[in-house]
Amino acid sequence: MSHDGTTSRPDIERPESVYFFGTCLVDLFYPDAGMAGMELLKAQGVRVVFPQGQSCCGQPAYNSGYREEALKVARAQLDYFPGDWPIVVPSGSCAGMMSKHWPDLFKGEPDEARARQVASRVWELTQFLVQVLKVTFEDQGPPVKITWHASCHAQREMGVTDEPKALLRQLANVELVELQREKECCGFGGTFAVRHPEISAAMVGDKVADIENTGAKAVVSGDCGCLMNISGALEAGQKPVRGVHIAQFLKERTHG
Amino acid sequence: MSESRNAILGKLRAGRDAHPLTPPESDFAVLRNKRWDGAERLERIKRMMEAVHTEFLETTEADWPADVQAFLTAQGTRNLLFGPATEVGARLSSAWTDGGPELIPYADRVETFKERLFDGIDAGITTTLGAIADTGSLIVWPTPEEPRLMSLVPHMHLALLRADALYDTFWQAMTENRWADGMPTNALLISGPSKTADIEQTLAYGVHGPKRLVVVIVR
Amino acid sequence: MGESSINFAKASSAALQDQQLRGNFRRAMDGLMSKRAVQFADTAEWNGVRALGASVRLRALSKLPELLEKLEANCTRNGIQVHWAATTDEANAIVLSIMQRVNAKLVVKGKSMVSEEMHLNAFLEKRGIECLESDLGEYIVQLDEAMPSHIIMPAIHMNTKQIAHLFKQKIKEAEYTEDVAQLTDLARRVLRKKFATADVGVSGVNMAVAETGTLCLVENEGNGRMSTTVPPVHIAVMGLEKVVEKLEDVPPVISLLTRSATAQPITTYVNMISSPRKEGEKDGPDEIHLVILDNGRSGIYADEELRNTLRCIRCGACMNHCPVYTKVGGHAYQAPYPGPIGSILMPQVEGLEKRGELPHACTMCNACVEICPVKIPIVEIMGRLRSEAVHPGDAVRGAGSHASKAEAMVWKGWSMTYASPLAYQFATALLAKLGNAAPTSLPLLKEWTNVRTKPRFANRTLHALAREKGIPDV
Repeated sequence: MSHDGTTSRPDIERPESVYFFGTCLVDLFYPDAGMAGMELLKAQGVRVVFPQGQSCCGQPAYNSGYREEALKVARAQLDYFPGDWPIVVPSGSCAGMMSKHWPDLFKGEPDEARARQVASRVWELTQFLVQVLKVTFEDQGPPVKITWHASCHAQREMGVTDEPKALLRQLANVELVELQREKECCGFGGTFAVRHPEISAAMVGDKVADIENTGAKAVVSGDCGCLMNISGALEAGQKPVRGVHIAQFLKERTHG
Repeated sequence: MSESRNAILGKLRAGRDAHPLTPPESDFAVLRNKRWDGAERLERIKRMMEAVHTEFLETTEADWPADVQAFLTAQGTRNLLFGPATEVGARLSSAWTDGGPELIPYADRVETFKERLFDGIDAGITTTLGAIADTGSLIVWPTPEEPRLMSLVPHMHLALLRADALYDTFWQAMTENRWADGMPTNALLISGPSKTADIEQTLAYGVHGPKRLVVVIVR
Repeated sequence: MGESSINFAKASSAALQDQQLRGNFRRAMDGLMSKRAVQFADTAEWNGVRALGASVRLRALSKLPELLEKLEANCTRNGIQVHWAATTDEANAIVLSIMQRVNAKLVVKGKSMVSEEMHLNAFLEKRGIECLESDLGEYIVQLDEAMPSHIIMPAIHMNTKQIAHLFKQKIKEAEYTEDVAQLTDLARRVLRKKFATADVGVSGVNMAVAETGTLCLVENEGNGRMSTTVPPVHIAVMGLEKVVEKLEDVPPVISLLTRSATAQPITTYVNMISSPRKEGEKDGPDEIHLVILDNGRSGIYADEELRNTLRCIRCGACMNHCPVYTKVGGHAYQAPYPGPIGSILMPQVEGLEKRGELPHACTMCNACVEICPVKIPIVEIMGRLRSEAVHPGDAVRGAGSHASKAEAMVWKGWSMTYASPLAYQFATALLAKLGNAAPTSLPLLKEWTNVRTKPRFANRTLHALAREKGIPDV
């Protein structure tokens, strides 16, 4: 399956329940963002199910060339999403792995059809909020200037481009200043950051400079890998900009 | 040598037969649907070619040889390379008046005057088979009477373009005229004077081929 | 680890220190990206011509052996002599034997990536034949005794000042100037003499048309036309994938190529050559030779997924859009084809032993995939090659050469833990308690914390929070 950035997915009816796939990075490093994501969904009157058996989409091994190991972990997820409900993921990268790469990963396996079925139900969180739930938010927070970091996989694998910014623009007291190079990778790239630390450092350095130039107080993103990379670099450089996941930011602004 | 040929083809065949490939249909609609009406075509050609430093000279069937001579005289051009055995060549030599740039016929094999060609010719004039609106390009098919280097080596290339010989796209020109039935030794699209951006992406004209391209539009 | 793994990291490290170089690339690539976007601003047109271009390339690949035979037959009928080379050594030998037969002393070259792949210049020069690059960028790089840093803009790593100094130093008649028009004119004067006196012209091929036996070349400078028209012998070298079925397949591919490469609706010249000089013609070469090179391509072709690499039309847009390439530049790859396409092509052509680290020179951001005019799934192939590098097999030369027992153990352990809910929850709970105590001197963490703070494990996992808040699990 080739994904060339032309993805757009058909609408579905508003479901009564959804699954939440938290992702392993959120689980360990950003659980508050995960909780915020679930609460945003619940606030829309949707029942949220968080299967306790879930762990990871398999992407770390897949991208490192260990496909059998990735398959093993991906396969372990299939049992926990039996209902026909959408699976909402607070990360474009993990959503992309499930929805675009699982069909390849399971190709020729006995459970290929089942994996494809699960994959077809995967939604990136902001995409789901905008396209399916058609949410409207009322801003309760003080005035603030922010910028948005678009994750590569949300943009190019899930076709999520305007949705998150549309959500942020609903917030009356939030001024969104776009990055000069919004579409450019921040240099995380999973194991890339440690395999090629110097190139990765140069990339995140450019990203940090771009963020600083906006004068924003916070950089909001929908992907925890990027967030860990960017906010780690912001902190190390003692920049007065905070990195925050969009779910958490939206929850802070709307639920007080 | 043929050993490699057979080995390569054998390998390719085995590879393909083990995993045949079904390509998607080629839908040429995107090219077929590119259309401009008559006046728009020429306007577009001029606009696109001028953007890459092409010059235009407007003239008529009756006046073009005199207009070309006047133009070259005004430019201080010393000489003009032309194909004497063509209809255009006959018109040129009969209309050419004394005191203008010297007319130099391309009448023999290049080997007989290579040095002069590379070092002593200011301009060359050729016909074209028309022009393409989509990209702003001239279609040039060199012939024995109008050889290949005429449009390449002289510092200025003058190209005669009939104002009614215009196409929408390269694809339209080649399919309507059934090029695939018989290609000439050399077929060219020329879309401006020679240029380069190899030094820090700064455009410079006339790196190896003509420094100037003058399209003579004949109505 | 293969030799290039060390080299790429080392070379990229040096490149990153060079602020001048980084500035040159950043500026150039930013400009190319925005200009290209203007060329493809009409999304419907882009989608249409891109789908058409991809279909042309896929159709050619679907009939590759037949089309090559047809190309050979039609070229031969037209008077073009066709040669086949399994390896670059063989291709060099073919070229040399032609040159020796005509007693060639001076060769002028149009731009050809395949000749770079063959290291043809060095090969001929060792045998006393002067081989002069005539594309201005290639000429500059050759004067500098360096390698091209980009497949379309070979000297993009240099600025005008550097080129001005180079010309002054290497060209006898040169006066020092930083005026680009004057520098260009100087090269014109030097090279014109060479075109006029060269014994052989060598060129690449952008596309070869099976239906008519036609070689297509696109260029802006006119050096390609010079090299293929003035010398008495023309030798064209092409990778075997460069064939297309029909003449009408040419326009869409050229349109995608020139717009993607340099954001031009078309290049100054589209040069279509179908035969040597015929009876009565006054110029053009008396002999044309077409050398069709395999060099590992037939092996790539055998694999259903990897063969998509052969769709490539060498526009270089993937380089312009690659965040890694734009940081380190082309030389860091130390390969004729750098950037994303090089990172998937080189390991397949030269083997994973030597080039196995290149597929890791990528963050998998998919910027290249988004703009590839023939829709090559570059990143998927990148992932596949990462897998081939650590698993023995026969799809790619050198498969398994980067296997590491330790790394394999880590992933095995990871997958066992992550595939078992109990083990996973135990491990993550443990990390939540103790993970933050890990010292930054640990491998991986050390690289990470070079420019970033240490990632902080939360006190409680999302699993634990969800349970506490009573979120249903079925």
